[in-house]
Amino acid sequence: MANKIPRVHAREQDPKIRITNFDEVCYGYTAEEAILEASRCLNCKNPRCVNDCPVNIDIPKFISQIAKNHFAKAAETVAQYSSLPAVCGRVCPQETQCEGTCILGIKGEPVAIGLLERFIADWSRHNNVSFIEKSPDNGQKIAVIGSGPAGLSCAYDLAKIGYDVTIFEALHETGGVLAYGIPEFRLPKKTVVAHEINNLKKTGVKIETNVIIGRTLTIDQLLDEEKFDAVFIGAGAGLPKFMNIKGENLNGVMSANEFLTRANLMKAFDQNYDTPIYTGKKTVVVGGGNVAMDAARTALRLGAEVTVVYRRTEVELPARREEVVHVKEEGIDFAMLTNPVEILGNETGWVKQIRCVRCKLGEPDSSGRRSPVVIPDSEFNIETDVVIMALGTSPNPLIASTTKGLQVNKYKCIAVDSEGQTSRAGVFAGGDITTGAATVILAMGAGRKAANAIDKYLKQNKEIH
Amino acid sequence: MYKIETKKNIAENIFRMDVIAPYIAKSALPGQFVIVRTHEQGERIPLTICDFDKNKGTVTLVVQVLGASSKKICEKKQGEYITDITGPLGNPSEFIKFTNEQLASKKFLFVAGGLGSAPVYPQVKWLSLHSVKPDVIIGAKTRNMMIFENEMKPLAANVFAATDDGSYGFKGLVTDMIEELIVNQNKKYDEIIAIGPMIMMKFVALASKKHNIKTTVSLNSVMVDGTGMCGACRVNVGGETKFTCVDGPEFDGHLVDFDEALRRQTMYKNQEQQANCKCI
Repeated sequence: MANKIPRVHAREQDPKIRITNFDEVCYGYTAEEAILEASRCLNCKNPRCVNDCPVNIDIPKFISQIAKNHFAKAAETVAQYSSLPAVCGRVCPQETQCEGTCILGIKGEPVAIGLLERFIADWSRHNNVSFIEKSPDNGQKIAVIGSGPAGLSCAYDLAKIGYDVTIFEALHETGGVLAYGIPEFRLPKKTVVAHEINNLKKTGVKIETNVIIGRTLTIDQLLDEEKFDAVFIGAGAGLPKFMNIKGENLNGVMSANEFLTRANLMKAFDQNYDTPIYTGKKTVVVGGGNVAMDAARTALRLGAEVTVVYRRTEVELPARREEVVHVKEEGIDFAMLTNPVEILGNETGWVKQIRCVRCKLGEPDSSGRRSPVVIPDSEFNIETDVVIMALGTSPNPLIASTTKGLQVNKYKCIAVDSEGQTSRAGVFAGGDITTGAATVILAMGAGRKAANAIDKYLKQNKEIH
Repeated sequence: MYKIETKKNIAENIFRMDVIAPYIAKSALPGQFVIVRTHEQGERIPLTICDFDKNKGTVTLVVQVLGASSKKICEKKQGEYITDITGPLGNPSEFIKFTNEQLASKKFLFVAGGLGSAPVYPQVKWLSLHSVKPDVIIGAKTRNMMIFENEMKPLAANVFAATDDGSYGFKGLVTDMIEELIVNQNKKYDEIIAIGPMIMMKFVALASKKHNIKTTVSLNSVMVDGTGMCGACRVNVGGETKFTCVDGPEFDGHLVDFDEALRRQTMYKNQEQQANCKCI
């Protein structure tokens, strides 16, 4: 019976209209839609979705609670596992995680777990429902570096069990990639992100913005002078990568990080803000991940004609499927199997064209994806005013280089064991600073794991002393 | 929020502010900078650190009214607050790692152009505290735009003032003053540290190359976060792309591609001009 109901699709802003604003694209479910969609869940005895969730939310439980119209109970279930459900429901790559292994997906479409998570988180926000249980203060101080997904989830878990947690954030705004990276039309800042951070503050977590660990204070100072008992480093991805091709320093070439930071953190899309941003008439975005899609759609909304240049094909695009669908609906062109080799400028040093080669797919590479092979003599130029490089990041060396005895791995990321313990006693790390650029939910999972490990470490320490 | 403890008008359209920021005051070193956001809708603007007082917990900034954003900072009154200040950013000056013997064996010439006197001051002060007295050239367009001459005099061996219009001190550009010292007065220098407008640093580097004197410049590139995240401050140094915020801001002046750096500074010029119009 349940199988016969088709997946309920959430309503979205019309593509023609949404490309002229920065409002959220997806409206999410109504209560009726959520109940209907929840009724599709088979409530499997061995739910594969739970294993594939990096924070192991009891998915069948909260979905069955939604199906029974027990929204408050469903919200409580989710809150036990995740401090950022309204964020994850919006930005997780569900198709490769929980929804990817849903039994219903074998013959039809999987249960819309992401949309249901989002529904229940939004419902809690609208109805002022929160579940903050806090153990009595245990008097031990934890410093969390970075207020992105890893830091927020680590801080939340530790505060709940009685630790005195202070988050140090380098920027002026809290949220890390949620604030500077993911655009408003995908993740509203004032409603969704601010609310989740306020919930965190209710647990007693203190947040100090404008503190750059490694410059303003060092980890050694945090431990020795500021008397923190343990430190968690969730400082994020780091320095944007460029291609090292000719013409990359021309005016009009920028990293997606710069472009998105101007648009999101510095709100350049809002006339009331002073931040300058430039898209020209035509913008080319290089890359195929979520960041590339975000940059492309932001440039489009700022009035540019946008082309995404990607060296493989649509199948290999690392971006979330929903983003790719949205990009296409919005009329952004893809130049697939295309790789830039040079950026050409005009006489005043501004971008004029990007020279590319055409590729075909060859053997799979170390990532398991078929690697692009350049077709000889296939060079051609694309006219453009702006080139945005969305190629990932390399680790920021600031913390590793200013902390005694903190080891890095061969990729120069901070080296940790499976629990998040670094080479330095009392110092833990997780998220992009240990893995390179990944997803919000993986960073959250790492933050939670490290919170556990920190608790275990401090309890053992107490026993010894 | 960070309180402006004192504010003084030190020259035409140039203001000196002591801002209460204890963490920054405690860890700041010569050569570093901060990023300031005056108000909620404001930009993040890199400003050099002119001085710092660990005991009072203050950081001294010097700002000249140039565009919309600097105007907004300068409009703040003593006792008012700026929304954000973060730092210290960038690497400290190379010489702070030198031993006392190394320091004693070196003759430094500082070349400060315009607002560049502000970041030169803490470097001269640091050297003076380590018993090294450098020579300093202070260049300005005209007499009433010259800053930090009196503050620098007791710390330096010699302070040479130069004005473009000859209204005070030597008449000519700082590069003419360098030639005067090296060629006519036969002075010997081991290192030149030049801080000022990009175009001045370019010509100082060209002049010093002729005399084969190591030259350090401090770049004021376009930046957003200042922590390495955005890459807006890319600069070509010796054929390699560096980030001013994390690799600099000080670089070997003989290796910097100044023409590219000058061009990259104009990246948002049109938008800034529009902002200036909006503001007036």
